[in-house]
Amino acid sequence: MTQKPEIVIRANKLSKSFGEKQVVCDIDFEVEKGKCFGFLGPNGAGKTTTLHMIEGISPISSGSLSVFDYTLPKNGKEIRSRLGIVPQEDNLDPDFTVIENLRMYGVYFGIPKDILEERIIELLKFMHLDDRAKEKPDRLSGGMKRRLTIARALVNDPELIVLDEPTTGLDPQVRHIIWAKLRELMVQGKSILMTTHYMDEAERLCDELIIMDHGKILDQGSPKDIVKRHVENHVVEVRGEYLLLMPEFEKLKQVRLENYGDTLFCYSHQINDIVNLLTGKSDVSYFSRLCNLEDVFLTMTGRELRE
Amino acid sequence: MNYYQLPSFGRNAWIIWYRNLLVWKKLIGPALVLHFGEPLIYLFGLGFGLGVFIGDIEGMTYLTFLASGLVASSAMMTASLEGTYSVFTRMVPQKTYSAILATPIEVDDIMAGELLWCATKALFSGTAIIIVAALMGAVESWQAVLAIPVVFLSALCFTGPAIVIASMSPSYDYFNYYFTLAVTPMFVLCGVFYPVSTLPDVMQVLVNFLPLTHAVELIRPLIAGTEMQNVALHIFVLGFYAIVFYYISVVMVRKKLVV
Repeated sequence: MTQKPEIVIRANKLSKSFGEKQVVCDIDFEVEKGKCFGFLGPNGAGKTTTLHMIEGISPISSGSLSVFDYTLPKNGKEIRSRLGIVPQEDNLDPDFTVIENLRMYGVYFGIPKDILEERIIELLKFMHLDDRAKEKPDRLSGGMKRRLTIARALVNDPELIVLDEPTTGLDPQVRHIIWAKLRELMVQGKSILMTTHYMDEAERLCDELIIMDHGKILDQGSPKDIVKRHVENHVVEVRGEYLLLMPEFEKLKQVRLENYGDTLFCYSHQINDIVNLLTGKSDVSYFSRLCNLEDVFLTMTGRELRE
Repeated sequence: MNYYQLPSFGRNAWIIWYRNLLVWKKLIGPALVLHFGEPLIYLFGLGFGLGVFIGDIEGMTYLTFLASGLVASSAMMTASLEGTYSVFTRMVPQKTYSAILATPIEVDDIMAGELLWCATKALFSGTAIIIVAALMGAVESWQAVLAIPVVFLSALCFTGPAIVIASMSPSYDYFNYYFTLAVTPMFVLCGVFYPVSTLPDVMQVLVNFLPLTHAVELIRPLIAGTEMQNVALHIFVLGFYAIVFYYISVVMVRKKLVV
């Protein structure tokens, strides 16, 4: 018998409106302790607003929301004392050095000085910032700033870490380092809640995922299950003069075609027929790959441009 | 959140005050040049320069008259600058408040901390002027020490309006409205440089509604060692402005930060 999982966040018919505009509409979800839970969606899907409600920073419009068995909006303060919040945009204090940023944040949490100093040294090491301790944030690279922002969110030894697009705009090396660190934190028993619009990030980190658009939940499950539910195993992306081949493509059985921009996406559980058709054609280029969340995402939320 | 509930004052306010103090300490060099250099120049230039022509005024030297006026106006200036430019910087471009609100500290704590800080900074500049004035022989009585808490109270009364402006302004440029239409007129009209009694009658009535007039009336006799008049009225006016505008500023900032 497995024990019933502990729930850290429970949302029931959670909604948020700004004036007339509803940005989160009646969403339900539960986040289990020790897991990484992700919100995936295009810009404007309502991800950040949902996080702000969980953090007790933005009041909920209707529905109910509880975090660590505290009910919002009443206990925002108690909840935040056990949360580590990493905002979308770095808001480090430019007047303070790296180490002072961590120290000041510890003071905001009311952490006793001796515990705080010890923890700061650990965090600087953990995030590989120990040789930058005396620098001001404006002397740090984007990746270092992000690492410092994450270190700052850990200063109160939080049970739940909430990250809003943790690796947006960072180079691949830094993204991998941050992912590794987040996995390390999960091994330590911390729960993670994050938003992202990177499919690879969601696939790598999240145990459970919500796909959101226009404030609504489109689907929920593990990344693997979601992919299995919505798209075929493989896709062949074709570029070039494929229009001439369209009649032949359309004759293929069990192939789903989608045309976006200059590319034809051929989804199928097996790709032999498609590849045979394309072999030897000099005016098209193609490559095949396994389907991933990106295909699900684009299929579900459409390909029109978002702001 | 009920935006209109009465502001709360908690111990966390001192954490915000402490943050600002730490930042101020980092820039103590330029701060001291400003706090001591400015009054020195004003008092030398205007106090001695104009003083020669003016002679005594209301039973004191012009240097004393001017020094006591500048103590009051510096409370206004310091609190107004800190409450607009610095608060806006922390609230908007720097996002310091957003970072702080991700901790157990709440909007009311931030506002209470800023109020205390703006008044503390005014206290530094007011005290510096009193010291400079004393060194120049313009302070006539030990009761000048009592001017220090009056500076604090005056600064509380100018902080609220400044934060209201900061919370309304889309950018720094909009502060010009406030400084040109409110701060500068008070600086010129409220008895800092000459007695209010020399103004036309109508102006005298109007000027009596402005807080700086009352700050000057309280501080001047303390520095000149002359008799104080209408103390309760002056304190009431300053306190009234302080409370009303602090409340408005807290409501405005809540509406801006908690959405």
